[in-house]
Amino acid sequence: MKATKILERVLAALPIMLGVAITVFLFMRLTPGDPVDIMMGRGGAVSEGEIEKLRSEFNLDKPLYTQLGIYLKDAIHGNLGYSYIQKYPVTTLIIERLPATIELAIAALIISLVIAFPIGIASAVWQNSLLDRLSMAGSFLGISMPSFWFGIILILLFGVQLHILPVQGRIDFDAHLSIKTGFYIWDSIITGNHVALISTIKHLILPGITLGAAEAAVIARVIRSSMLEILRSDYIVLARSKGASEWRVILKHALRNALIPTVTIIGLQVGVLLGGNMIVETVFSWPGLGRMVVSAIFARDFPLVQGAVMVYAFTFVMANLIVDILYTYLNPKITF
Amino acid sequence: MINTNNTLLEIRNLSVTYPTRRGEVKAVENLSLTVPAGGRLCLVGESGCGKSTVLHAILRLLRPPGRITNGELLFRGRDLRKLRAKEIQGVRGKEISMIFQDPLTTLNPVFPVGEQIRESLRLHQIIPGLSLPWPLDIIRRKQEKEIVLKAMQEVGIPSPMDRYSIYPHQFSGGMQQRALIALALVCGPALLLADEPTTSLDVTIQAQILDLMLKINQDHNTTIVMVTHDLGVAAEFCDTIAVMYAGRIVEIGPAETIVIHPHHPYTRGLLTCRPHIGEKAQQVKPIEGNVPDLTHLPPGCAFAPRCPLAQTVCEQGPVPLIQVEKNVLTRCLQPVDNRRDPSWTWDQIVRI
Ligand SMILES: Nc1ncnc2c1ncn2[C@@H]1O[C@H](COP(=O)(O)OP(=O)(O)OP(=O)(O)O)[C@@H](O)[C@H]1O
Ligand SMILES: [Mg+2]
Repeated sequence: MKATKILERVLAALPIMLGVAITVFLFMRLTPGDPVDIMMGRGGAVSEGEIEKLRSEFNLDKPLYTQLGIYLKDAIHGNLGYSYIQKYPVTTLIIERLPATIELAIAALIISLVIAFPIGIASAVWQNSLLDRLSMAGSFLGISMPSFWFGIILILLFGVQLHILPVQGRIDFDAHLSIKTGFYIWDSIITGNHVALISTIKHLILPGITLGAAEAAVIARVIRSSMLEILRSDYIVLARSKGASEWRVILKHALRNALIPTVTIIGLQVGVLLGGNMIVETVFSWPGLGRMVVSAIFARDFPLVQGAVMVYAFTFVMANLIVDILYTYLNPKITF
Repeated sequence: MINTNNTLLEIRNLSVTYPTRRGEVKAVENLSLTVPAGGRLCLVGESGCGKSTVLHAILRLLRPPGRITNGELLFRGRDLRKLRAKEIQGVRGKEISMIFQDPLTTLNPVFPVGEQIRESLRLHQIIPGLSLPWPLDIIRRKQEKEIVLKAMQEVGIPSPMDRYSIYPHQFSGGMQQRALIALALVCGPALLLADEPTTSLDVTIQAQILDLMLKINQDHNTTIVMVTHDLGVAAEFCDTIAVMYAGRIVEIGPAETIVIHPHHPYTRGLLTCRPHIGEKAQQVKPIEGNVPDLTHLPPGCAFAPRCPLAQTVCEQGPVPLIQVEKNVLTRCLQPVDNRRDPSWTWDQIVRI
């Protein structure tokens, strides 16, 4: 895919982002509750003058459309406003929290792929076997089980009962990691701190599984059903007729075709990962974007919520762009 | 029958069933065939009579739930049924290759055509030497590519260099079938199984593909077993014709005998239902009735319900293959002898 085409697609995402920004802005402003009350805290003795000052500082005294205009103008310059509560620029707060969330999302994605591929392939190859039935029942469970509940079960089992895995935060306090980028795996590798690396990986396992479980279930089902269909097709008989071994037929000829629908679903699941991370980060006290958004929502910290939603929307659009790019490599019939 | 001293493939009493919910589909029953090295045999019959099943059974590529229930598949004296998985994989593509019915769905859509042909060479280690893993095998890959290009050239794919790395959907149907023929031939097999190689192609391309297969048969002495539902194609192409009906051979013999004076009423019917140029549509007489249900075959002749010559004896018990003249076997109790009665036509039998 040519660079100009990619640029075109990125630019095409701008109107979507604009729409998201306007929608979120309006929704947040139309929900009841005065931000100034929230900023001042309840029952505090605050003078009228101070309130007026705050209102004009945050532009809350201007009409809604002016507020929107100011918001959008600033957003273009990378300024998503100031958090009402934390009194920091939203952009700074988000950038601070983003590495934790991205690291967890990548871990969840890897875990889900590692689970989904063998299960999906094996259930297709041995269709209707005990293994197939068990794993499909398991994946049904994975899809329908609420992740906060699953997370709590894992915490009880591995943390409280067995004491083998940590259930809170990103790293042990005594790992002494000097933070460079905020991606702890990366930071511990470049600083050569293997204690921190192991600690980080251990901390990623349970939240990663919790977040990845539903995803793994969906991906495994897609792999299974596309493999089942592909294994019946003529070109599979051709591959066998050439003298290819059964494993080669499955892992090369069939799987390569099954990747096309699988990648599509993985792209769509990125939205699920983002939505799920609010719950999982809260359950595992993970210092990421999701947990920050949850507290921002409770605190009516409008600029922060708005900023986070913009990041989510942007990630979703980009994930789909990546899927489209991958598609051109996976499916020779599609050229941009 | 035909000379048997240089037999390449001998099928003895082959039976294949597809167990389904409706019952056992007896797709092939007790079928025996002999193909000499360098020979060209055609299996002819209506849709659903088990032609493809025979070919798939030879390479043990039956689609599930298909199962060989009986018989021997002797290739160069070795029973293919008795080979272990690894051994049959060594035979597939190298000693026996197959061309499939529908070229448009047979090539893998995600791999370049040339690479799919090259895979055969690699699987059978046609270029001898060390097998290095992927990025290190450049020299070998180059040598293999040379062979593939030559094969593509031979089957008449123009500018094979340019077409080596493009994908199946960028090929026309005829080109795809040529690519599949190149794929089947690239390892130099002794036997080529062709399942209606021309059915899905248009008429001019059909003729070209048949010419190509004839040339391959002559140039490389490749034995060909071809399936077709068109007796005309069979007559042009092969030296022996086996007519199948409901999973059984009903008539087998030299091509010209079968086409010029067939003995089985079914063969005769197949002949009259072929349209000829200049003939009016109503002169084409399809055989009345339908192919019988393969799960519940009648005890006697399977064709009897549709046969204008059928007598009560035909329906009473199994009919054996009967030698009616030199080299011709017919599974019929009322064989037509149109040598004695040359004016014999399908219309007349209908009136009898
Ligand atoms: N996978 C399968 N499962 C069940 N029955 C099958 C299967 N494949 C083939 N059959 C049945 O076996 C019989 C023979 O099929 P086969 O494909 O060999 O016929 P054919 O002579 O090649 O027909 P065509 O000209 O349509 O290709 C048919 O009645 C078909 O319905
Ligand atoms: Mg067929």
